[in-house]
Amino acid sequence: MCLSIPAKILEINNQTARVSVRGTEIEISLFLLDGIKPGDYVLVHAGFALEKIDFKKAQETLRLLDEMDETK
Amino acid sequence: MNYLDEFRNKALVQKTVAKIHALSKKKITLMEVCGGHTMVIQKTGIPGLLPETITLISGPGCPVCVTDHKFIDTAIAYARQKNVMIATFGDLMRVPGSSSSLNAEKAQGADIRVVYSSLDALHLARQHPEKKVIFLAIGFETTAPGNAVAIREAQRHQLDNFLVLSAHKRMPPAMSAIIREGVRINGYIAPGHVSTITGADIYRFIPEQYHLPVVVSGFEPLDILQSILLLVKQAEKDEARVEIQYQRVVSPKGNVKAQNIVNEVFEPEDSWWRGLGILPESGLKIKPAYKTHDALIQLPINVPETKEPRGCICGEILKGLKKPSDCRLFGTLCTPVSPVGACMVSNEGACQALFRYRMRGD
Repeated sequence: MCLSIPAKILEINNQTARVSVRGTEIEISLFLLDGIKPGDYVLVHAGFALEKIDFKKAQETLRLLDEMDETK
Repeated sequence: MNYLDEFRNKALVQKTVAKIHALSKKKITLMEVCGGHTMVIQKTGIPGLLPETITLISGPGCPVCVTDHKFIDTAIAYARQKNVMIATFGDLMRVPGSSSSLNAEKAQGADIRVVYSSLDALHLARQHPEKKVIFLAIGFETTAPGNAVAIREAQRHQLDNFLVLSAHKRMPPAMSAIIREGVRINGYIAPGHVSTITGADIYRFIPEQYHLPVVVSGFEPLDILQSILLLVKQAEKDEARVEIQYQRVVSPKGNVKAQNIVNEVFEPEDSWWRGLGILPESGLKIKPAYKTHDALIQLPINVPETKEPRGCICGEILKGLKKPSDCRLFGTLCTPVSPVGACMVSNEGACQALFRYRMRGD
């Protein structure tokens, strides 16, 4: 039920945004989130943006996994 | 980066699995408490990648599974009334009540609409002033903020025909109840999307009071494997603290704006969970200031005594005390096509996840 998906903001009109989910465009509400601009990725749940996705932190997570020594 | 494919990278998955194998010495049991995690774990075959030292069990993290039969029975009773339209998330349609389901009622002509968002339900109320539109609001902390927005907007625009049957649940009281019930676990894989709203700090009592590690996890295979790795590391050193694996959306404090909207519209109440019984302050009810939109106040209704299905051990499964395969109904009388209990009906229930993805291997 808590299923949420990453979506890219295409266009913002007041509290509503047009987003792309892997090419499928839908409208979502921005009632729960401030400071979002086109090009940002947000996490979408049941029609609402819950949080902005942090690109740097995502990169950092992947870097940690890539650089670890798996044998010890 | 689209935040999906990168976290399904095969080379990194293999690397992380190898690291888990290298580090894991102690026998540990980890519980995932989110139905979304249950589904990804079974779908991607993660249990088969882990060493024998690690056992994964599912907890009470599927709202459809833990919600009382009485909720469905109440929704069905409303659906049978004149001039009522039910708006619901699709998840609830097939859940069996004591003697019927919303699907069966719809087939017999009840006006039941499946919506994707609480705002779609609000839109139905605007389009149909002649009807009472009752939105079935279930879900955890992830879903409550959006539902609170709809109630607040209905109040602002005086859409008095928009009513909400609220059965929201809060995760931490259930996680604490699992430990107090004596279910033997060595760590929690904590729900990433609940935590996006609440922040990871809500779990700090778990290491502090129970000396259990907690890792807040994302939902892609790499996220879950990295969370397991972090839990293994804590367990091997006998440490217990809250860590956030799902750094890209979860912070210690969460989405404060969303929390404020929830606190404006809802207040905690004691709530019944399948398997766990009544837990203090584990639910959310609509505050008196918004009672115009509280279905139970505006449209009181009598619901006959509810019945749980016989032979179903969903309650024990939700506590992690039994596995779906321990149930004599599993895969015989109870399947996704004709489910007996909530854990099989929900597409993120432990029984359905196991039935869909693991039957051949087991």
